[in-house]
Amino acid sequence: MIFSKIRRVLGDIYLVFVLIFLYAPIATLVILSFNTSKSRNRWGGFTFDWYGELFKSATIMSAFRNTLVIAFLSALIATLIGTVAAIGINNMRKIPKTVVMAVNNIPMLNADIVTGISLMLGFIAFGISLGFKTILISHITFNIPYVLLSVMPKLKQTERVTYEAALDLGATPLTAFFRVVFPDIFPGVISGFLLAFTMSLDDFIITHFTKGAGINTISTLVYSEVRRGIKPSLYALSTIIFGTVLILLIVSNIAQNKINKRR
Amino acid sequence: MGTSLIDLEHLSKSFDGEIVLDDLNLSIKENSFVTLLGPSGCGKTTTLRIIGGFEQADSGRVIFDGKDISNIPPNKRNLNTVFQKYALFPHMSIAENIAFGLKIKNKPKAYIDDKIKYALKLVNLDGFEKRSINSLSGGQQQRIAIARAIVNEPKVLLLDEPLGALDLKLRQDMQYELIRLKNELGITFIYVTHDQEEALTMSDTIVVMNQGYIQQMGTPEQIYNEPENAFVADFIGESNIIGGTMVQDKLVDIFGAKFACVDEGFGTNKPVDVVIRPEDIDLVEPEKGTLVGRVTHLIFKGVHYEMEVTTPNGYEWLVHSTDMFPVGKEVGISVDPFDIQIMNKPESEDEEAVGVNE
Repeated sequence: MIFSKIRRVLGDIYLVFVLIFLYAPIATLVILSFNTSKSRNRWGGFTFDWYGELFKSATIMSAFRNTLVIAFLSALIATLIGTVAAIGINNMRKIPKTVVMAVNNIPMLNADIVTGISLMLGFIAFGISLGFKTILISHITFNIPYVLLSVMPKLKQTERVTYEAALDLGATPLTAFFRVVFPDIFPGVISGFLLAFTMSLDDFIITHFTKGAGINTISTLVYSEVRRGIKPSLYALSTIIFGTVLILLIVSNIAQNKINKRR
Repeated sequence: MGTSLIDLEHLSKSFDGEIVLDDLNLSIKENSFVTLLGPSGCGKTTTLRIIGGFEQADSGRVIFDGKDISNIPPNKRNLNTVFQKYALFPHMSIAENIAFGLKIKNKPKAYIDDKIKYALKLVNLDGFEKRSINSLSGGQQQRIAIARAIVNEPKVLLLDEPLGALDLKLRQDMQYELIRLKNELGITFIYVTHDQEEALTMSDTIVVMNQGYIQQMGTPEQIYNEPENAFVADFIGESNIIGGTMVQDKLVDIFGAKFACVDEGFGTNKPVDVVIRPEDIDLVEPEKGTLVGRVTHLIFKGVHYEMEVTTPNGYEWLVHSTDMFPVGKEVGISVDPFDIQIMNKPESEDEEAVGVNE
């Protein structure tokens, strides 16, 4: 009895430590973003000033806009291409399917720096000037495998026979797909989109190599700012990004739970 | 019985070089309950899928109501399928599932609502409209699948082992249910199963298939009592299949003993296969039997005793009887002439598959 109690308490303490190690750095960042003092080790009082400065800075705001636009567009286009591709691949015979899925996994395992440099070389070789569009194309490229990976399992669960049943009841192949197959794989499509969105939001290395001069996303901006010394407004920016990702995560978890409950 | 509604003409189909159907011809009459019966891989499901339009035959034609529908996609065919795994749409309510086909055909809402009510009543699930699919048992799901198919008023209902996933008791209930439905709706049922009892219980016509060929086609009584070859005899129920010699018309020699039978036209002294059902063997006093053997096995089965009687040549006769004879007892074997079924002996395996008595 007493032992199991001790064991439980020890387990709880262990868990608390794990959480502290994980979140202490982020908490520090959040706290510093509200610190009046520029010093990193003295608390000078609470302020929103850094957030205000953030929104007043044209470079930061344009980088912020770029990041969101690229994340949204690349996730959307990758979801479209990836979903259509997943349907095609799912209908392949076994051996080609295995080969294609293996090829699909390579970009995800590949080092970002290799992907980044090769994309850059590719753009230059084909005479495409680096800028917004090359970042977008690159992000779509590395996002497609993630979409495929989250849609494929849903497609496998969807039985071909329900599609056939829809045809049997008079639906054209297109209607059968949108009325019967798509609702079934929809959770996979959404999670693919969210995954792609966060991957794009997150990316630094590939963006760094494919962006060209004169355009920045938040990550590349932070990188160039850091070399000139970190401004507290960057803490504020990081806090906002962290908050956004956290909210996205919570929303997608709640949505998943709701879908699972309905089943 | 009415005119033929579906004609399958010279259907052949192979998958990856393996022949599944070989020049299959079948005519299905309007308003009949036809069962395609056979072991797995015999081509029965493929035949059904070709009729439904989910598979294209490599050659041959499907004639439906006088029109060639071989190249018409499934959504344009006036027939509906009940699938083995129900294939209900999980994200729709029961009412939405049933309404699916009608909505596609743009039927008015009042008509659709009426139809849903009617169909649910027909399958004994009144008031289930709003329920979700996952709250239903397997048997209920299958009823919904049937309701979803019949609201479209198809001329033919294709059923692909619809009771395969249900437990025994439910399966028997659903068999009666299907017969009732068939009689109330007055449409043609084409039913696929590997369960011979199911086939015998429900069908007007049974088509026994093996290796892509039709082995025999007939009423359940014909199939059971007069199997045309050893495959049919063996597949439908239990039976003793014995090599014998047709001495002359109405007389067959089995293990040296002469049995009177009713078959004729096989010639004289011709080797044949003899089929005798276990329940048709009468065990009598040794001196009254045509053959004499000894009981070597005895199992109580409930309705009857199952016994094995071994004759001196070593053959083990399977016997079903309500009278019990203990193991070791010497008994006589006697069979009424009309309980003996004579079949031509197949001369090769190919011939066996085709069925020589066609």
